[in-house]
Amino acid sequence: MIRWDVISGNLPLIGQKLVEHVLLTVTAVGIGLVLSFLAVLAIRRWRGLAGPITGIAGVIYTIPSLALLAFLVPITHLSFTTAEIALVGYTLLILIRNLLAGLDAVPLDALEAADAMGYGSTRRLWQVELPLALPVIAAGVRIAVVTTIGLVMVTAMIGEGGLGQVMLRGYNFRNDTLVLTGFVLTVALGIGADLALSWASRRITPWAAGRN
Amino acid sequence: MELVTSVVAWFTDPANWSGSNGVPTRIWEHVVLSGIAMAIALAIGLPAGLAIGHTGRWVRVSTAVAGLGRAVPSYALLILSVGYLGLGFASALPALVVLAVPPILVNTSTAIRDVDRDIVEAGRAMGMSGVTVLREVEIPPALPVMAAGVRVATLQVIATATLAALVAGGGLGRYIVDGFALQEYERMVAGALLVGGLALLTERAFTIIARRRGEPRNVAWTPAIGGAE
Repeated sequence: MIRWDVISGNLPLIGQKLVEHVLLTVTAVGIGLVLSFLAVLAIRRWRGLAGPITGIAGVIYTIPSLALLAFLVPITHLSFTTAEIALVGYTLLILIRNLLAGLDAVPLDALEAADAMGYGSTRRLWQVELPLALPVIAAGVRIAVVTTIGLVMVTAMIGEGGLGQVMLRGYNFRNDTLVLTGFVLTVALGIGADLALSWASRRITPWAAGRN
Repeated sequence: MELVTSVVAWFTDPANWSGSNGVPTRIWEHVVLSGIAMAIALAIGLPAGLAIGHTGRWVRVSTAVAGLGRAVPSYALLILSVGYLGLGFASALPALVVLAVPPILVNTSTAIRDVDRDIVEAGRAMGMSGVTVLREVEIPPALPVMAAGVRVATLQVIATATLAALVAGGGLGRYIVDGFALQEYERMVAGALLVGGLALLTERAFTIIARRRGEPRNVAWTPAIGGAE
């Protein structure tokens, strides 16, 4: 049922869509991470913002992707921007939650030691707190990446979608091979990205090994 | 502004509130589809999660399977299902069930696993059978985490049931897909507002129940595929 000639004939298309898929995902998680980090900095400065910020991120996360895209199209039209606004929106709750949880879990001893050594609050954040929070933050990034890889598919509806386009094309032309290729590649991309990030996270935080 | 007026006009037009394409019918379809998917997912996820948590067997296998389930995009599974089940309601079910089982399964099994082993042993020592231990000792403290899993699953199913419209199922997604195809933005936005509203209402309902029961919130999420750190 798989026709290899269809795959080889469409190889340039598949490759291009795979690259687009990765690009859409990386851009979304990258922007999401920056925004979430800024939000977390604001929350640390003004504790009262924690409720409203996670609340708003939670509301965005709850909105169905197709609905959010439909809502954005009249405003930002069929574009990369529309896809990214939605994709970034969905990463916020995951990233903010894990950034907060990771930073909150930094041992008090480490903070006091840094203070006693005369670290200012900025230096303490970058050199003590963030490195110690890294495993939890990385866990959030992994979930955000896998979730986004799945959500990118839906943006095929507005003409983006990376591998979603491959599946959609297969669907429209009743081409099972293309449908299956898009499916298998997306799942493989999700699993591959998660395993790679898990490996990378363990490599850059060797001190966290064996802790659980 | 023009769009806002036309969306308001859409909502106040009585024609959109009756018949097979009316709002009540579409909401009902959406709820029924989500309900059936959740019933199947609960029938799979709960017993499996309880058994795995109680016996401590198959933990790694279930985590791997659940992780795989999370990596499968619903949209992709939906389109794949059409090839085998044809256009219609049934094609939406596999995607929704695959989406809902992992959170139910993982939360149930880990919550049961995390119950203090000393208490479980005490229950056994008192002569409780396996099922009694599960019912009387293990499930009560595990309930909040199990409920959190069901909540996540329900919300994801409601959100994703919107995609059912792409494979010719009914539900609120119909307005979005049809509005998009016909370039009737007011219909599309109305659909988006209705699904968003339904999802948010469900979320509120779960939050209120959880608060009544005095359950904690805000825990870090852990990945499922490559294993948690």
